[in-house]
Amino acid sequence: MSNRRLVADWLWPLAVFAALALVPELGFSIPKVFDQPISSPGTLALLGACLLFGGLALTYDIQFGYTGLLSFGHALYIALGVYLSNIAITDWHWSFWPSILFTMGVAVVVANVLGYVSLRVGGIAFAMVTLAFAQAGSVLALKDPHHWTHGEEGLGADYTKLPKAFVGIVNTKNLYWLTLAFLAAVFFVVRWTVDSSPGRIWQAIRENEKRVEVLGLRPRAYKLQAFVLSSTLAAAGGIVYMLLYSGSTLAVTLPNFTLTLLLMVVIGGAGSRWGAVLGGILYTYLNNRLIAVGSSSAVQGLPHALRIPLEQPLFLLGVVFILIVVFLPGGLAGLAVRGRVSGLRRIDAAIRPEAEGA
Amino acid sequence: MSTFLLLTVTGVGLAAMYFLIASGLSLIYGLMGVLNFAHGAFITVGSYGTWWTSAHVFDGIHSTLWRWLLSALVGLILGGVFAALVELILIRPLYTRHIEQVLVTVGLQLAFVALVSGIWGPDPKTFVVPAWLHRTTDLGGALIPNDRWIEIATAAVVLALLQLFLRRTRYGLIIRAGVENRAMVQALGIDVRKAFTLVFAIGGVAAAVAGVLSGVYFNVVGPDQGTSLLIFAFIVVVIGGLGSIGGSAVAAFVVAIVQQYTNYYASAGLGDMVVVLLLGLVLLARPRGLAGAVVGARA
Repeated sequence: MSNRRLVADWLWPLAVFAALALVPELGFSIPKVFDQPISSPGTLALLGACLLFGGLALTYDIQFGYTGLLSFGHALYIALGVYLSNIAITDWHWSFWPSILFTMGVAVVVANVLGYVSLRVGGIAFAMVTLAFAQAGSVLALKDPHHWTHGEEGLGADYTKLPKAFVGIVNTKNLYWLTLAFLAAVFFVVRWTVDSSPGRIWQAIRENEKRVEVLGLRPRAYKLQAFVLSSTLAAAGGIVYMLLYSGSTLAVTLPNFTLTLLLMVVIGGAGSRWGAVLGGILYTYLNNRLIAVGSSSAVQGLPHALRIPLEQPLFLLGVVFILIVVFLPGGLAGLAVRGRVSGLRRIDAAIRPEAEGA
Repeated sequence: MSTFLLLTVTGVGLAAMYFLIASGLSLIYGLMGVLNFAHGAFITVGSYGTWWTSAHVFDGIHSTLWRWLLSALVGLILGGVFAALVELILIRPLYTRHIEQVLVTVGLQLAFVALVSGIWGPDPKTFVVPAWLHRTTDLGGALIPNDRWIEIATAAVVLALLQLFLRRTRYGLIIRAGVENRAMVQALGIDVRKAFTLVFAIGGVAAAVAGVLSGVYFNVVGPDQGTSLLIFAFIVVVIGGLGSIGGSAVAAFVVAIVQQYTNYYASAGLGDMVVVLLLGLVLLARPRGLAGAVVGARA
């Protein structure tokens, strides 16, 4: 590895994450950007959510940006982490670590089984099938046949079973560090795997699956690898999510949850580590702040035709997304590598109808 | 027995809606390779267009039948026009950029649902329909709600019209040829892009019909209704084989019937799971779907 790459790929990120780790110790406030001082629990919770979604978006990017698999069912694995860990702790009264290990074990098995079935088809059909599986999971969580998930009420975590460091508002900064650790872990796992030999084959599949096949490799096995890695990390993120929000709600099971991850990755730049992370952070921040802006008195005073779009963050973000897809297919990260093929342009080959079939 | 009959007819009524949505999705995919997520928006345009005109434009008409029919007509036209505009403004400039086309429809769907709930609120709206539709007909002891007949008849008419159009007209021929081999159609000097707009408009009208019927079936229309119907339509399209109208019709029937029976005889909600399981089985046995396997063998 050349020195330059060592600096760009490992030292820079380490420096950034180390700087982020110091955020809870900052004593000042940034007016307009955050309502409260930076070290206040409210701001730290928002920042933690931003970092968590940065990490979750990056797990999605492993299959979408790096391997060219368009999944509409990534939420299933996040929801599995969010719900199963909580069910084990709260409904089955297990202690914390066995619940976590069990959840991760189940996630690996489920990802392997469903990945094997879904990867029977490629391209768009894969997207539809993953959506269907996620829908089944969503229905299961809603109907709640065993009275574990508590359906629409959601399931609050039994805080006596959680590690003390993650319970209570005074410990928000620990939760912030937890989300940062998750983001950093995903970041370095992705950095390491995409440069390993299977990771290079994932990217080769994205560019031209037929050629990989001609080389005597079996693309499906490698696609399954990427899918399982991405889904397992997503489940780990789900556990962090459960701790951050100290419970589980149905929102994480819905199809829209996956679609917002897709929005994050594309806005930031698909197939780019910083792009996906930045997309996740920016989207979560804007989504949160736009709700505050929408209910502010300045917006409430506007005429009807202006006020309604401004009150709907998803409308504004959806429009931004469409504009980025049309005019900036490399996403925000594409701005940094102008002139090179980036982002969506590289995934296109994998989604073409010609690439379909088992 | 009467329960069984009721479930069957209700299942076929549901199948009718799935088919109306899936047929457009399947044609658009077959011809253009685009998974049209915005199809959910077309459904919403149909149902909200009908609801709004019924409440604000035709509210002076005393006959509920005419009021319903006229507003439904407006809803269908709006659905078709909206779909054609989506193709012209958003899809066409991205020609040959598949992934972007798909993502644009995803963005449109999300933004559109948000806008609709922003304007009219997230609550479902009641749908004015002729009282006759809410009564029941006795069929061998089973009391069948009358709206089921309308749903089944409408889908049958749409299926027949679509088949007539595809088999008997020049544009239908171009579309069928385009689904089989688009490059060859273009090589013969035919501008296949005109067919794209047409397919979108047809799909939009069919989805709007489904939107109107869903307003009758569920008694209300809501901003999220399109999305939930869309997911089952996706399942129908994959099981039926992408690009096949006949396959969509068969798969819609199978999916809806299985869903109804399981939801009633086993437990509520289980039907949705069984349908997904069915999808998994079909994929393991025939990755190209029921009808797709036949096409694959010919090619």
